[in-house]
Formats: sequence, structure tokens, C-alpha cells
Amino acid sequence: MSAAVAPEPIARVDNSSKAARVKQRLTSSSATIAAIVIAALWTIPTLGLFVSSFRPEKHIANSGWWSVFSSDNWGWTLENYRTVLFESGSSSANLGSYFVNSLVIAIPGTIFPLVIALMAAYAFAWIPFKGSSWLFVMVFTLQIVPLQMALIPMLRIFSSDWLHISGSYTAVWVAHTIFGLPLAIFLLHNFISEIPRDVMEAARVDGATHTQMFLRVVIPLSVPAIASLAIFQFLWVWNDLLVALVFSGGGVDVAPVTQRLGELSGSRGQDWEVMTAAAFISIIVPLIVFFSLQRYFVRGLLAGSTKG
Amino acid sequence: MLKGEPFLTAAVYAAKRPDFWPATGSKLWSAVVALAVFAAVVGLLMFLADRAPKRGRDVVQLLLFVSPALALLAVGLIWPALQTIWQSVTDQHGGFVGLDNYTTIFTDPTMLMVIRNTVVWVVLVPLLSTGVGLAYAVFIDRSRGEKILKSLVFMPMAISFVGASIIWRFMYAYRAEGFPQIGFVNQLLVWIGVNPQQFTASSPMNTFYLIIIMVWIQTGFAMVVFSAAIKGVPPELTEAAALDGASGWSRFWNVTVPWIRGSIVVVVTTITIATLKVFDIVRTVTAGQFNTSVVANEMYARAFRLGQPELGAALAVLLFIMVIPIIIYNVRVMRSHREAR
Repeated sequence: MSAAVAPEPIARVDNSSKAARVKQRLTSSSATIAAIVIAALWTIPTLGLFVSSFRPEKHIANSGWWSVFSSDNWGWTLENYRTVLFESGSSSANLGSYFVNSLVIAIPGTIFPLVIALMAAYAFAWIPFKGSSWLFVMVFTLQIVPLQMALIPMLRIFSSDWLHISGSYTAVWVAHTIFGLPLAIFLLHNFISEIPRDVMEAARVDGATHTQMFLRVVIPLSVPAIASLAIFQFLWVWNDLLVALVFSGGGVDVAPVTQRLGELSGSRGQDWEVMTAAAFISIIVPLIVFFSLQRYFVRGLLAGSTKG
Repeated sequence: MLKGEPFLTAAVYAAKRPDFWPATGSKLWSAVVALAVFAAVVGLLMFLADRAPKRGRDVVQLLLFVSPALALLAVGLIWPALQTIWQSVTDQHGGFVGLDNYTTIFTDPTMLMVIRNTVVWVVLVPLLSTGVGLAYAVFIDRSRGEKILKSLVFMPMAISFVGASIIWRFMYAYRAEGFPQIGFVNQLLVWIGVNPQQFTASSPMNTFYLIIIMVWIQTGFAMVVFSAAIKGVPPELTEAAALDGASGWSRFWNVTVPWIRGSIVVVVTTITIATLKVFDIVRTVTAGQFNTSVVANEMYARAFRLGQPELGAALAVLLFIMVIPIIIYNVRVMRSHREAR
């Protein structure tokens, strides 16, 4: 990688090639080796899990995945995935059902907070009122409240006789919506308040109401911010364990994949033919999102790094 | 089953399961209904905002746009947080006990171990993730295949903590000496002639092995932020330093690091706060056994498993209190940084 700089066409002696020349003198072969070692260390664990999830039980229990090329250990199967996803029975993983739960939790769990936050962010940015900035600072500050602070009383509210939604999708959706709001409002506000005043005034002069401006001007212009935030919130909800543990009730009706995976790790933690396939099923959706939308993901992550 | 069985069979098998599809159908249906109800409510709010009487229109519209968010935050975050604070100074029956619960936290041997572990996490994770992330970002900067090299290290960031925990439990898997190892880390030990270890069960080093999981996840985040920041370092600066004869190492410390100081503060803060609240890893790998518990895990255990919600509440408040100085420091540095520019 130290040889990254091919001779540049003369016309392109700009900043980047200047930097590259400096760089070339900086990078040494030891840095190259260190980078490769780090890259390997960060890749091997996932790779090992992935390879193992396709190995038959007798192989996985008696030999390492790195030895698959020896003829004794050679053998591949999809049986692990079939068992983990679809086999029914009291001790089976039954992950197919939990996978559906994860989807049913994560999609509304992304849309609800986003829409509510968009409306609030618009109002904070473009409807002038007394105390607007004060309220916004308060919402902003709420980002630093750990969600642990809200769990116990919230569960009490959800379980109360008049509400009685604990252990349902509704409870999980509402919890994710609330916990997602402060960050979403903050980021969307930053974005929406940057829309040029002229654009808003023009719409206003044309007689647009706030609702029309919101739907026809603000939302179309905010698509990049919405996309980043949606990806981030979706992954956050999909990967969540704590909120699910407290509010989902833990049954096959509601609990997401992460929660089931945590349970399996306790009850069948040494059955690696189950654990590897189950873990891979739980990470496949984030990985697809990650590799297909990496650009938006990075943007959302950089902006959303204070979530919690 | 034969090996190499086509995946189709799985679908056929699932289709034969009488309970799977109806249940799935009704689950998806409930999501559709929820989304429809939500859309109807939002639509109604917008409709009302549009039809608001001319007098006081702005106020009505404002209320309709802001109130869903504010109501949810008030009922679901502010009020519960206040209740948690109150609960942390009461006993099981709701009687006021002052700081008794906090005294327990800071005197009970188990709790002290929990706090000590949390401190170790909070010191090591930001340090290691930031260090490795920065080094890697510098090493691969403008190299061939930078994008791919970045993706490889960044990828764990997308994975759930639970998934990452399983991945590393498998890395740490233990087989007694003389048997073929199935965990890669133990295999490495065997290759260099060391006895295999029970990584997750042997205190106190097991906390360190759990920390590695978090470092594995967070390094990618640090690396991506630093990589973007490094590209903002003006090439004239590095070049001038190079002409002055500064070595690569000194250019790194005297040019690059000062320039990206703001990013470093943000990354350290973010990772520190994430580490304070780390829960999933400890719960999945050891369930807090073998002296590995941390504050967030203990909070969950006390509040929801062991029937000691008042201790859980006190631990939650402790988490909150530990976050505050980090935020204040962050805000201060950012402000002075901005003034210095």
C-alpha cells in the first residue's frame, strides 16, 4: 500500500497528489504489515463464525474451522440453518419466528420516531414561538439521559391496568419511539433549519400552509438526512437487546432475534452448530444494510454517535 | 439429512409447519395495522393544522406539530427519570431512606467489584479503540484498497452486541489440553506451545477478554471518524514539516494529532459513554458471573431479575451521574477549541 502513488499526469498536481507524495515517504513497510494484521484480526472472528455455520455438527464439535481443508474435516451442510430457523419443539431455536418479530419491531420502530421527530424539528426550526429555543435545548439535553433511567417506571406504566401493553409489540414500538426521539429531533432540526429562508418564503408567498410546506418542501429537501437517520435507527432497533428484554415479554410472539440469541447463548451455548447459524441469521440483515448503504450508514453514524 | 441439501428444502419444511405461517401473517398484519393507525393520526393532525381558524393559527399549528414529540418525551422519559431518582432514595415499600441505597452500592463487596469493573472498561475501551483506530486510519490513509480495508474494520460496528458476543465466545471456545481446539484463540495458544485457557471464566483477566469484544466493535467507529479528519489536514502543513526534516512520527504528533484534536475528543466521549452503558456483552458472554458484572448489567439484574428495583434505580442514577462530567468536559473542550481557531 505504500506504492499507492502512480506517476500523476502533470495537469493533476493538485493538493491530493501533493499529499500523496508526502504520504509515500511516511508509510513504511512496518505500517503496512501492522495494517494487514489489524484488518485480519478484525475479519477472522466473523469469517470463522460464517464458515462454521455451514459445517455439520460432528465436524464443528471436533475440529476448528481453520482445518476444513483436511479431508477428515471436509463437509458442508445447510442443516444448521434449517434446524435453527424452522424446527419446532420446546428446545429448538425457532429463530424463523423471532426473525419475523425483529422485522415487525424494527420497521414501525424506525418510522414512528422519524415522522414524529420530523414534525417537531420542523416546528422548532420554522414556526416562530416564544420559548422555542428553550424547549429545543431541553430536548437536546435529553440525549444524555441513559435509557436505564426510564426503564423501571416505564415498565410500570406499560403494565398498569389501564394500559396493559407490556409484552406486546406496542410496548416495544412505543419504547423505541421515545428513546429515538431526542437524537432524531436534534439531527433533523440541524438539517431542516439549514434550508434557505428564500425557499421557505417563496412557498409561503404562494400561499402554502405549514402542512403543505412540511410535505412539499421540507420533506423532499431532507431526504439525505432522513435516509441516514432511518438506517441508523433501524440498525439500533434491530440490534437492541435491553429494550426488548424489558418490554417484549420474551415469548415467541414478540421477542426479537437478539433476545432469543441471548437466551440460546445461556441454554445451548456449547451447541456451536446452533449458535453459529443463529448468530449469523441475526447479523445478516445489518450486514446487508451495511454493505449496500455504507455511505449513508457512515453519515448517520457520524451524526448519531451520541445516541443513548 | 444429506450434506449440501438445497435451501429450498428449508422453505418446504417451513411450509409444512402448520403454526409458522398463520402466526407470521398475523404479526405482519399487526405491523400494517399499526402503521395505518399511525398514518391516520398524523394525517388527522396535519388536517387540523391546515383547517385551524385564522386567529391564533400559528399557535394551533405549532401545538399540533410539536405536541406528539413533547408528550412522548414528557411521559416516557422525563417523568420516568424523575421517578427513578425518587425510587433510588426509597426502600422496597416506598419509604424514604435517604442515601441508603447509594451507601449499599459503595460498600457492598459485589457492588464494589461491579464499579471497579466498570472503571476498567471505561478506561481501557476508549483508550484501545481510539489508539488502534487512529493507527489504522493513518496506516491505510490514501493507500490502495483503502475502501475495502476500511470496510473490514468498520463492519463489526453494524453487528449487534449480542451477535459480536457470540462471535467472540466462539473465538474463546475452550477444549481441554490434548483435544482438538475449536476456538481460534486457544488454537493460537496451542500453536505457540501454551496451554489452552478458559478465557471467560478466569477472573480477573476475563474482564479484559470481554473488553476486547467492545474494542473490536468500537475501533471501526473511531477509525472512520479519524480517517475523515486526517483527510482534512492541509497537505501544505505536512509537507512543510517534512521539508523541515521532521520524521513521520513527529509529523504525526505535531501536525496530524493537533489538527484532529476535536475529532479525538468526540470519539473518546462517544465511546466512553457507550462503554459506561455496556450491557449486552457482559450479559451474553458471562451473564455477569465470574466477577465480570458492570453497572448497566447489574442495574438490569437488580431491577428486573432479583427484585431489588430500588438498587437498580440507584445504579441507573449512578450511570447518569457518571455521564455528566464527560459531557461537560466535552462541551468545554469544544468551546475552547472553537475559540482557539
